[in-house]
Amino acid sequence: MSEVNEKNYLENGEGFASWFFTVDHKRIGVMYLWAIAVFFIIAAIASFLVRFEHLTPGQTIVSADTYNVLFTLHGSMMVFLFIVPGVAASFGNFLIPLMIGAKDVIFPKLNLYSFWIYLAGAAIFMIALAGPADTGWTFYTPYSIETGANVILITLGIFVLGFSSILTGINFIVTMHKLRAPGMTWDRLPLFCWAAYATSLLQVLATPVVGITLLLLIGERYFGLGFFDPARGGDPVMFQHFFWFYSHPAVYIMILPAMGIISEIMPVFSRKPIFGYKAIAYASLAIALISFLVWGHHMFVSGQSKLVNIIFSVITYAVAVPTAIKVFNWLWTMHKGSIELSTAMLYSLAFIFLFTIGGLTGLFLGALAADVHLHDTYFVVAHMHYVMIGGTVFGFFAALHFWYPKMWGRMFDEFKAKIAFVLIFIGFNVVFFPQFIMGTLGMPRRYFNYAPEFQSLHQISTYGTWIIGAGFILMLWVLMRPLPGKAPGNPYRSVSLEWSMDSPPGTFNFDEIPTITEPVYNYGTKVEEES
Amino acid sequence: MDNHGSYKQLINIWIFLMFLTFITVYVAQFDFGALNVPIALLVASIKAGVVALHFMHLKHEDGLTWVFASYPIFLLFLLIAFTATDMFSRVLN
Repeated sequence: MSEVNEKNYLENGEGFASWFFTVDHKRIGVMYLWAIAVFFIIAAIASFLVRFEHLTPGQTIVSADTYNVLFTLHGSMMVFLFIVPGVAASFGNFLIPLMIGAKDVIFPKLNLYSFWIYLAGAAIFMIALAGPADTGWTFYTPYSIETGANVILITLGIFVLGFSSILTGINFIVTMHKLRAPGMTWDRLPLFCWAAYATSLLQVLATPVVGITLLLLIGERYFGLGFFDPARGGDPVMFQHFFWFYSHPAVYIMILPAMGIISEIMPVFSRKPIFGYKAIAYASLAIALISFLVWGHHMFVSGQSKLVNIIFSVITYAVAVPTAIKVFNWLWTMHKGSIELSTAMLYSLAFIFLFTIGGLTGLFLGALAADVHLHDTYFVVAHMHYVMIGGTVFGFFAALHFWYPKMWGRMFDEFKAKIAFVLIFIGFNVVFFPQFIMGTLGMPRRYFNYAPEFQSLHQISTYGTWIIGAGFILMLWVLMRPLPGKAPGNPYRSVSLEWSMDSPPGTFNFDEIPTITEPVYNYGTKVEEES
Repeated sequence: MDNHGSYKQLINIWIFLMFLTFITVYVAQFDFGALNVPIALLVASIKAGVVALHFMHLKHEDGLTWVFASYPIFLLFLLIAFTATDMFSRVLN
């Protein structure tokens, strides 16, 4: 064992420079984690203010203009600084080399460079938001061309952030092709890696399109090029086509890694091999491929042609198939298993429940007739939050708890963490379920004011933010105060490769590159009993 | 020099690319009506293909790299096809 590898990755160097200039994938993953956590908290505070504003019709605490700024800050920061880079960059960086039996990613310096680009993009983005910006996170033309608020700087920030996303995606794809340990065949690859692989494909293929689109928008504002201006022969709906060509696959950039997390946690706490390994793995790829073909379902009421509407509606239903395959396989993994309701497992179960609601309500919006009624209402807000929070964020929280001992070498207070889970789960549903009802009753999204008959539902929704906020604070408190004593290397008796080493891992992960001889998720077998 | 082409080959390709650039500038003087954009795109696509094959070494890569390089072209086709179908429907109406 080398002297460097005797030290765990947290002890190998102290001070700012040892972190900021590190090429260790685990430290880079941890830095991403801290960065996205900060942005998550800021964006969450903005959302609490938005909800507080809706406690009464008209002005409660902020003006209409400030309200526009707040929901733009919340949406754009959550999407571009937290949830797109979130799970893939933080847990992907930390886990992929450990899971495939490698000492690092294939391009460690490029990995650090990606993080620096992320910080640079985030800095531009934050300055732009302070500008302020008021377009919402979608920057739709013609408003984004005409508004006097900040558009160019924020789109420039997203353009820079896109490079970080692309470089991380390339790094992960090549790492999984070139650095798998001997015996780590594609059909033994952990499902989190399959999900990260599919995510990386989306990052590499889709992100350039939003970059180009935002450059066109900048050109439109600065030089009046006329791409999106009908008076100059342009078409504002073309902006929506280009924007959603990236942004719908981006939804799967957000959710696929979380699905990978659930696939890792389910077998561990059910003590059973995952049901339908290949189906889940290939479903990740199918989702990645089909997700490029559904962008037009965001534009059913934008004047899009009937023929294109019908095509996009049909394909939208198709994307539900691989998603449902995953859900059914997770459920069947638990069937007759020895289920342990750890905190990570509770978040995983909540993921399945909430994501299913989010997914099924997506089908309402994919239906041409129903979408005419529901488009741009609170129904859409509730749907996307059931997918993004109920799905991605709950998956992210599951990962935070599951790999906590591996990352930090300490255990946390499970009991208090479960109380935090209950608060977050209840609070989330209190916030967003009434929004489904408001949406079907016709309450439009992004409106500062509302009719008095919506007040009680708005108030319930606002009270929910206080519950979920209390849950967030308790969860943060629990995770920031680990229990005394070192965590065991494998506290959950997992048979996955990342748990075969000390917690936290040594700097170079493995003293010798392991040879893989068994299928992944070998629970309930002789191999597990021996381990 | 490795097996990715001699300097002479690379310089010849560069001269070919400059020639295509000259073509682009030259034809811009003439009005081909509806063919203006397709002609410009055709020349640009040939240039992009030559750069990818030679300067980006795609010519020497294996099948998997070709799949990765080809798939975005398919996606670009889809983006243009669906967007154009929608936009032309408004123009025709």
